[in-house]
Amino acid sequence: MNLFKALCLVLLLISQAAYAGKTFDAIKKRGEIKCGVTTGIPGFSVPDSKGKWTGIDVDVCRAVAAAMFGNPEKVTFVPLSSQQRFTAIQSGEVDLLSRVTTHTLSRDTSLGLNFAPVTYYDGQAFMVRKSDGIKSAKDLNGATVCVQQGTTTELGLADYFRANRMKFKSVVYEANDEVAQAFVKKRCDAFTTDASGLAAERTRFKNPSQYIILPEVISKEPLAPAVRHGDDKWFDIVKWTVYALLEAEEMGMTSSNVDGFKKSKDPNIKRFLGVTKGNGKALGLSETWAYNIVKKVGNYSEIFEKNIGKKTSLKLERGLNALWKDGGIMYAPPLR
Amino acid sequence: MEERTPFWQDPKKRSLVYQGVTLAIVGGVGYYLFKNTQANLTRQNIASGFGFLSQEAGFDISESVIDYFSDESYGKALKVGFLNTLKVSVVGNVFAVLLGGLVGILSISSNWLVSRISRGYVEMVRNVPLLLQLFFWYTLFSEIFPSVRQAYNPMPGVFVSNRGVVIPAFEAHPVWTWVLLTILGTVVVIIPLIFSWGKKQKEEFGIERPTEWIMGAALILLPLIVWMIGGMPTKFEVPSLQGFNFKGGFTLSPEYISLLLGLVLYTGAFIAEIVRAGILSVNKGQWEASEALGLSGWRTLTLVIIPQALRVIIPPLTSQLLNLTKNSSLAVAIAYPDFVSVANTSLNQTGQAIEMVGLIMLVYLTFSLTTSFAMNWYNKKIKLTER
Repeated sequence: MNLFKALCLVLLLISQAAYAGKTFDAIKKRGEIKCGVTTGIPGFSVPDSKGKWTGIDVDVCRAVAAAMFGNPEKVTFVPLSSQQRFTAIQSGEVDLLSRVTTHTLSRDTSLGLNFAPVTYYDGQAFMVRKSDGIKSAKDLNGATVCVQQGTTTELGLADYFRANRMKFKSVVYEANDEVAQAFVKKRCDAFTTDASGLAAERTRFKNPSQYIILPEVISKEPLAPAVRHGDDKWFDIVKWTVYALLEAEEMGMTSSNVDGFKKSKDPNIKRFLGVTKGNGKALGLSETWAYNIVKKVGNYSEIFEKNIGKKTSLKLERGLNALWKDGGIMYAPPLR
Repeated sequence: MEERTPFWQDPKKRSLVYQGVTLAIVGGVGYYLFKNTQANLTRQNIASGFGFLSQEAGFDISESVIDYFSDESYGKALKVGFLNTLKVSVVGNVFAVLLGGLVGILSISSNWLVSRISRGYVEMVRNVPLLLQLFFWYTLFSEIFPSVRQAYNPMPGVFVSNRGVVIPAFEAHPVWTWVLLTILGTVVVIIPLIFSWGKKQKEEFGIERPTEWIMGAALILLPLIVWMIGGMPTKFEVPSLQGFNFKGGFTLSPEYISLLLGLVLYTGAFIAEIVRAGILSVNKGQWEASEALGLSGWRTLTLVIIPQALRVIIPPLTSQLLNLTKNSSLAVAIAYPDFVSVANTSLNQTGQAIEMVGLIMLVYLTFSLTTSFAMNWYNKKIKLTER
């Protein structure tokens, strides 16, 4: 029962010794990272047929593990519902929340979280049945909309209809699967979540071609990994792991060609790969941390294309998530 | 001179010391947990306190007894959830007792078929987890009923689809509130008064008054008078399909119907067992004595057996009523916006887990204590009085 789990997490929050060891030290000692992911959203975090977790959020966790331990498999994945996620990260049940979580002001402050750089720029959209003849979100006046509990989309939905002076009825489910099921069974006229999430769910429907995603994107949903307040060292590692993924793409390094770069004379590349020492020590990691990320997990583009890109069933374009020099807004500060 | 016993040899004083020590330990642990939590929250910069209750909630709630809009406060949203829990548990308890009572009596019937069907229902329902049953009813609802545009129309103005059952309703008018209040007042105040008057008449003067008739008349006439004074509004609102959904009328959502059905059937099975046990606990001699006096089967049951069985039935029945109320928190699984569901959403949007879980516990404690207080009072009333 979820309430029971929530209760346990609260108890954990209450009973955790006030000045427990820092997250970084605890992870080092434990030898692996506990990473909070979804209970299953294709392309972001979902177990495959062999039970191995895959997805862009999952690979971010693996990249952090590669940076810390040189081994991307030193991660335990903890599936969390959208309601459990914050209590789980606050209470120390997980070290890192990499779970399609939108970065907002209130989460950054009153929830006691620190958000690492955005790993996927998303926006909330609606999916409807083709046969209903709806062409725009503006046609949804009076509609019943299915939405998942405790998400920013639940708020975005109410805001959008309020701003456009339209009426709606929401049906709120605890789990993403239930939302999708209810939509397919026509309990509601529209299904709303992040556009990527809609694309992901649609791949699981029986007849994906019978559903369309409406063109309006009604909110900004920057999805970012988060850690709890209280250990800046750990926060830095997560932050710079994400930047390293972007930087590697910008430098043209991939998991297959990274070894060739080791002989490069470019000072930026030498610093990045740890040939010139300094970055690793500053982060409290080995000097080959960034090399390990690229070698064992890949760069941002590799992760993107493998999990949600055009060759996958989600078929998502890079769009905003392209590097800054390719017309997107992905940008890493200098790694020096 | 009397010799003073040292205090450790005085059992009274000794037990006082034990109790003091226990109290100090419990208090100390409680204080430590409280301080520790506070320190943890401050260290992680997590907001605390109940200030968020007056902030704008910003989310919609699918059904509500009172008017609610997404720009209202968390406090109001929680109130909506509270009333939704009340709506399902009060109605559910009434139906569960009726169903359980009926099945309990039927299962000791001498009719082979009737008693077997009752027993079969009890055994089947009681042994399947409630959550599964809720999923079953909810799925059934969306599978067997058509989509809103192909809604069944069994009677004029009544529509059944997988979005729920829509029935015509009286148009909103202030009189209806008063009529409802009158009905409530009659049930809570006037009927018990008539009952005790009738009892007194019988005990003191030996006169049998037709109390059932007077009660029935009061229940019908009093609201009718209020309705007539209020101007006799008769306007009906007939639901019609407009755009995506039915407009007008009164909607029973599939979530509410499945939850109510699931809770009533599940708890009803347990109550049936309690009622059966209660009736069987009455000595066989009572049946025979009653028969010897020439009482009919029905009068034997209502005048002799059930009053004695109630003493056995009431205490376990109380825990079943409490169970139904607590089980209604499973609503969240099938999208019914009960208190736990709304509290979960609020918890997630504000992140104030400790406060919200505290509130949830407080609310269920209040529900439970109120129910058990009422049932204990009733239990005391019906216990064996010797004259």
